[in-house]
Amino acid sequence: MTDQTIQTISRDPAPTAPAHRAKARESTVLGLTRKDLTLLIVVAILTVFAPFILNPFPADSALAQFNAGYPDLMQRFVIFGIFAIGFNILFGLTGYLSFGHAAFLGVGSFAGVWMFKLLGMNVLYAIVASVAFAGLFSVVVGFVSLRRSGIYFSILTLAFAQMSFALAYSVLTPITGGETGLQLAKTDPRIFGQSIADDGNIPVPSFFGLEMRDSTTLYMGGWEFTLNVGYYLCAVVMLVAFYVAIRIFRSPFAMMLRAVKSNQQRMNYTGLNPKPYMLAAFVISGMYAGLAGGLMVSMDPLAGAERMQWTASGEVVLMTILGGAGTLIGPVLGAGFIKYFENIFSKINQATLEGWFSVFPDGLSDLLVTLVYPFVGKGWHLTLGILFMLVVIFLPGGLVQGGQKLATVFRRDKNANAVEGPAADQRSQAGE
Amino acid sequence: MDAIILQILNGLDKGSAYALIALGLTLIFGTLGVVNFAHGALFMIGAFCAVTLSNVFQISRTVIDETRTDFLGNPLKVEIPYVVDWFGESAGAAIIDWAVPLAILFAIPIMITVGFIMERGLIKHFYKRPHADQILVTFGLAIVLQEVIKYFYGANPIPTPAPEAFRGSFDFGTMLGFEANQILYPYWRLVYFFFAAIIIAGVFAFLQFTTFGMVVRAGMADRETVGLLGIDIDRRFTIMFGLAAAVAGLAGVMYVPISPPNYHMGMDFLVLSFVVVVVGGMGSLPGAVLAGFLLGILESFASMREVIAFIPGINQVIIYLVAVVILLTLPRGLMGRKGVMED
Repeated sequence: MTDQTIQTISRDPAPTAPAHRAKARESTVLGLTRKDLTLLIVVAILTVFAPFILNPFPADSALAQFNAGYPDLMQRFVIFGIFAIGFNILFGLTGYLSFGHAAFLGVGSFAGVWMFKLLGMNVLYAIVASVAFAGLFSVVVGFVSLRRSGIYFSILTLAFAQMSFALAYSVLTPITGGETGLQLAKTDPRIFGQSIADDGNIPVPSFFGLEMRDSTTLYMGGWEFTLNVGYYLCAVVMLVAFYVAIRIFRSPFAMMLRAVKSNQQRMNYTGLNPKPYMLAAFVISGMYAGLAGGLMVSMDPLAGAERMQWTASGEVVLMTILGGAGTLIGPVLGAGFIKYFENIFSKINQATLEGWFSVFPDGLSDLLVTLVYPFVGKGWHLTLGILFMLVVIFLPGGLVQGGQKLATVFRRDKNANAVEGPAADQRSQAGE
Repeated sequence: MDAIILQILNGLDKGSAYALIALGLTLIFGTLGVVNFAHGALFMIGAFCAVTLSNVFQISRTVIDETRTDFLGNPLKVEIPYVVDWFGESAGAAIIDWAVPLAILFAIPIMITVGFIMERGLIKHFYKRPHADQILVTFGLAIVLQEVIKYFYGANPIPTPAPEAFRGSFDFGTMLGFEANQILYPYWRLVYFFFAAIIIAGVFAFLQFTTFGMVVRAGMADRETVGLLGIDIDRRFTIMFGLAAAVAGLAGVMYVPISPPNYHMGMDFLVLSFVVVVVGGMGSLPGAVLAGFLLGILESFASMREVIAFIPGINQVIIYLVAVVILLTLPRGLMGRKGVMED
């Protein structure tokens, strides 16, 4: 199995397996090979400096609307990154396409809000409870769904998610808040905290005194950078989740899952029972989804049933595939990409476009506006759909594979071909 | 008793829609082996064919009618549809009134063309790719189609009425000897049910009694051998894809008066239709039809007040619950063919 190395974004040619692995074992820090460690450090640096990197334009310039460095959006980047990393552990490694992962995110959210209501506003309660409850729920769903594979598995997970959504929306209203969503109230007990804060409002989520919504704004020339406590908490959790995902991807456990993906029958013939491994993968990815849900309510203590709808599950599928299923960094990229589109691209309106194209003569500028307008603003889903189709058709390895291809072109390094070839092969074995 | 009959009737129209969409899905799966997530979008395009035709018929010219005045005393502007100009007063009005049934004629060529373009342009390249890729690319296509419709028709449902003759309800109960007003059933739903029955019967007859259908059935059983006999099976399967698209489209056209179409109606139906296909058994046409009606009727039974009082929330989850039970107990669904996606 020389295709282990293609899981990273590194473009080194894959050497023969035994020699490579022996070398890797020698130089490990935190249990990571040098390549993975570099990846982790790069991701860490990017997340820590994200408030600066994502705000490249001065606050009062015309391009300021492309700044993504505001806390709300950055939190979403990392939270959905966690969600997608978890989904990728299931889909990327085993090829089982779950269309119901949003249910775990929803269960995590509800568990989190209930912790805020019952125990107190420390986000630790919410995060721990959301992971635990999502884990329990995914054990049940996974145990049943994993009795089938292929499209039947997809339909089963979809059925469970839709059932949870429908029930949360109607019958379970006392637990989930139904149509209005689950909200905090001043009458909640909060055994380990205050029911009502000193200022008479509902208390806000905090991490041992650090309030999630606290921000510091730095002014440097025309630039404004907002450093937010909530974002950095999410970022730290994301880095830990990413580190765990790397360890999982490099473990014998992942090898087993990939074996299931490439040929389950042969696995059975060798006398191994793949079910426990599959269930473990399913539960781990469910817990990641729950963690994302817990963080989501820690940032904004409100949970609604629509988070569990199947379109939300479809979104995480889009993220993972767009970024590159089966790669480490792909899902994070995909999540960032889609959330950026959703929040920034959708804000471009007709007036903005007219502003951009005003340099051209009148007729041409009108034509350009008419041509471009359907694809931006409210029509951003159209662009997303087209982009997604293009990725599935031409780049089964997602943006990561695209990056590798580009790199190959620029490097003109024939050895690098060895990297992308197997990557495509491996993707194409997904599914059945 | 009357309540039970009413629920069966209520289940029939939704069941008909499920059965028609599931039939198309199964045709595509059985012939081409492709899992088509864009099938709901085809249903939606059909519905918007009806909306378009009804809009086209209402294109009017404005005439100033000197004999009448509006409330300010100015001459009244009257909109006269061109259809009325061309066909005369009564025939024109009738054409506008019958826009939805007439849209069937309009939708068939459009849907077949859309089906051909989809199959030749996109799906053809995915035969050799895994099912997951087929699901993903058609899912993307569904998003694109739905957004295109949203761009042209907006996000709100567009009410398009049935012809005057079919509005209102008739008293089904009196025919069976019950008291009056016990079992009221809208005419159009009955029309929809018979329409669906005719289409389903037509598709089965086409497959069963024509040479073309025989070749297609042979191709479904063993594609390679049929190919070796010198028959261009790919071309026939493409035609079947067009046919399946037309079936979905017609289901959409006729569904317009039952619920006003909006851009996400396809996705709403798609998920349920997939459940229907899986319950009926992948690749089994009778299974798809049976499961469609069965689930439609079960759904309407579950929404009876007595049942909800007994098991709260059952009306929301019944279809999925049945799907889970059937998938776990009958690996091939109700009537699935042996050897088709049994894993």
